[in-house]
Amino acid sequence: MKHPYLRYLRPENVPTVFCPGCGIGIVMKALFQAFDELGYETLERFVFVSGIGCSAWIPSPHILADSVHTLHGRAIPVATGIKLVKPNLNVLVIGGDGDIAGIGGNHLLHAARRNMDLMVIMINNQVYGMTGGQLAPTTPYGMKTTTTPYGNPEEPMDTCDIVASAGANYVARWTVGHYLQLKEAFKKALEKQGFRFVEAVSQCPSRVSSRIGLSPADHIKYYLKNSVDIKKADKLTLEERMVRIIVGEYADRDKPGYIERMRMVVGK
Amino acid sequence: MSGKFFWSGNIAIAEGALRAGVKFYAGYPITPSSDLMEYMARELPKRGGVFIQGEDELSSINMVIGASIAGAKAMTATSGPGYSLMQEALGLAVMLEVPLVVVDVTRLGPSTGQATKSGQGDLMQARWGRHGDQYTVVYTASTPEEAYKIAIKTFNISEKLRVPVTFLIDELTAHLWETVRVPEDIEVIERRLTGTRTEFFDSDDPRIAPPMPILGKGLNVLYTSSTHDAYGYRKTQDPETHRRLVKRLKEKVVGNTREIFEYEVEGDPDGGEVGIVAFGSVARVAKETMGILEKEGIKASVLNLLTLWPMNYDLLKKFTENMDIIIVPEMNLGQLVYDIYQVRDRDTVYPYNKIGGGEPIYPRELARFIKEVMKR
Repeated sequence: MKHPYLRYLRPENVPTVFCPGCGIGIVMKALFQAFDELGYETLERFVFVSGIGCSAWIPSPHILADSVHTLHGRAIPVATGIKLVKPNLNVLVIGGDGDIAGIGGNHLLHAARRNMDLMVIMINNQVYGMTGGQLAPTTPYGMKTTTTPYGNPEEPMDTCDIVASAGANYVARWTVGHYLQLKEAFKKALEKQGFRFVEAVSQCPSRVSSRIGLSPADHIKYYLKNSVDIKKADKLTLEERMVRIIVGEYADRDKPGYIERMRMVVGK
Repeated sequence: MSGKFFWSGNIAIAEGALRAGVKFYAGYPITPSSDLMEYMARELPKRGGVFIQGEDELSSINMVIGASIAGAKAMTATSGPGYSLMQEALGLAVMLEVPLVVVDVTRLGPSTGQATKSGQGDLMQARWGRHGDQYTVVYTASTPEEAYKIAIKTFNISEKLRVPVTFLIDELTAHLWETVRVPEDIEVIERRLTGTRTEFFDSDDPRIAPPMPILGKGLNVLYTSSTHDAYGYRKTQDPETHRRLVKRLKEKVVGNTREIFEYEVEGDPDGGEVGIVAFGSVARVAKETMGILEKEGIKASVLNLLTLWPMNYDLLKKFTENMDIIIVPEMNLGQLVYDIYQVRDRDTVYPYNKIGGGEPIYPRELARFIKEVMKR
């Protein structure tokens, strides 16, 4: 019997190119289950836009839909252009933390501020995985990477906090260990207008797990153990915030999206 | 719309773009292009288009790429520093074969330079600014009226060849207000689209661009910035796929040089004492200089180049070969002159270069230089 979610994949690209034990597979399944539960038989009315990095390879070439694989960091503006010309299509950006929050951080900030009608999935493995495991803006304090061989001296950025502050309609973070919550976040985001941002913290078995001596499964358990519910986040000290993972919904609003606001001011 | 209008060069470009059917504009304010952007912000929503101000030039050009992929004729305008920021995305547009128009209202660099003053230092960047082997098209204009017509041509070539086109216009021409005669009939080329699964990224005849797929039709289109096959599948190991793709992208531009190429000759094209090759506001200066020289009995001709890339070297050779001397005045330290060196012995080619303060090359000054050169 054929797996029901195979209908969202290009058959010629199965199995995928991702490393064994990579969290991307879990994110893909959660997203496909969200599509399935929302009743999407095909993804014909979706356009996927991605930049550069492992996560950018999820839609291109795996998902059976229109996709545009662009430059490092620029998926959000390309997606914006598509959405403004074809407002009836669902435009979904998938990328990694380096792509979306690092080099593309300014676009993320402003798309959130505009409440642009896009959904962005950011898969956060806390390093630049494709290039060999270098420091990312999301790398926890103290973590050793190939470019922080003595440990990371920087405070990591809480991307969800920034996106929520900037004005996005929906913002949530879960780890791949929180499969059901992640799937529900995708469903909620898919059903909303405006800017929607879901961050999935995901293990990189090749560049992180193996270096810190964890199997992919143990790495997920580590994430679960280190996660703190957003309702309890206020009690964390700065030191704890720099190494723990805050999970939950950062924003859940129903403001008009950019397209609706644009129509309101232009008057049509 | 036809008749006579009093427009600046920048407004003429905006109106030409609207006549060509532009439906999307994204841009970031930068002197001396901001007035073009402001005009579009006001006009585009009234004429069925979308305008958005990006957070920077990177976002603006990438929004333009997205809009074009989604089916709209799309453009942006900027100036030197912003144009530099857009280069990577222009390479993306070359690779994805996305039609779009970038107007670079040229000011004086390098860097911030003299930001409000006119210059022509961006010519080589417009041709070669991207990494990797890539070919695009570059146009220019010397008057607002030319700017209107060339704006339409930039869209026509861009849509027909699925290639990004740069329109260089120097600040002097961009902010010059003048009467523009708009003709009743003017050719506007529409994009070739397909709603069926076909070769979106290959063509048997490299000079013919493949049709663009329509999004949202279940075609499962794959656009990718990596080397790709006819259907957009990434092929990053296969040498033959890369050779075929990149050579085709070159031939698509270079193989259409004759159709792309626009120019104007004033004076006798078949020979004379002085041939002046110039573009932009300097071409206008050259024509004025012709008149001064004529009064003194010197026969000069001007080749006003409206296309700056790909270069029509046959035409350049033909124009220059029967002239005693060739003068190449530019508001830079010498960029166009290298094209003349390719078709003619350097001994009789005289560059005249002037930069700084937005001072134009004055006709009397150029006439003086030419007379001095003739004595050598």
